[in-house]
Amino acid sequence: MAPETATVELTFSPLPAHVRTARLIATAVARRGGVEETLLDEVRLAVGEACSRAVEAHRQQCPEEPVRVELRDGAERFEVVVTDCVPDDDPTGGGGTEPVDLAELNGELNLGFAVIAGLADDVDIASTPAGVEITMSWPVKKD
Amino acid sequence: MDLKVNDYTTDDDLTVINVEGEIDVYTAPKLREKLIDLVNKGKYHLLVDMEKVEFLDSTGLGVLVGGLKRVRAHDGSLELVCTQERILKIFRITGLTKVFGIFDSVDDAREHRKKQK
Repeated sequence: MAPETATVELTFSPLPAHVRTARLIATAVARRGGVEETLLDEVRLAVGEACSRAVEAHRQQCPEEPVRVELRDGAERFEVVVTDCVPDDDPTGGGGTEPVDLAELNGELNLGFAVIAGLADDVDIASTPAGVEITMSWPVKKD
Repeated sequence: MDLKVNDYTTDDDLTVINVEGEIDVYTAPKLREKLIDLVNKGKYHLLVDMEKVEFLDSTGLGVLVGGLKRVRAHDGSLELVCTQERILKIFRITGLTKVFGIFDSVDDAREHRKKQK
């Protein structure tokens, strides 16, 4: 019997408290999708980092717009897409557009992307006129 | 889980900060305020005990780096107690193991400090 696949979509108001909710949901869907237990901490942390960045960007630019998370529980890989609505935002902060709150907490460092790049098995960051989309994925067990 | 932050000062003038819970974008400001408060009170030698920290993200790392900068401005120190592999991994990924002294226990950190004097 082929494994079931599904997409779980989550949108939430850009409040720091909701980042934890997104982490918990992502971890639960990843577990159900067959991601190894040893990788679940990495999923939790990387999703949290991507959501934190999106929340801070929204709070600065469009606090009324929700942050969107897609959790794709596929047969080969578990994929997470975190999308914000802040157009042409430089996601790495290199252009000096890092939100003030996060910049204050992180000092001059931009550690979030270092953590995502270090944890996610595969990462793609797309900055478009509509916003920034961070796609991350991890392998799933094939049994 | 909320973040709990408590501190005490040892007889060798080291302020130990016990942190319990999740340090993320929601809770990190509480830790940041504690570090700023301690520095404002003249506590320049800080040891953050992270043994009961269940989650740490880059916002938490940023707060610790900010605290380190503040105490170094007063010739102070900020070191960590951490033996949890999942937390240590985040310090390694970001290269911060070279920035912070990381010890297995409060006693180890105090012993190290005595030897440095």
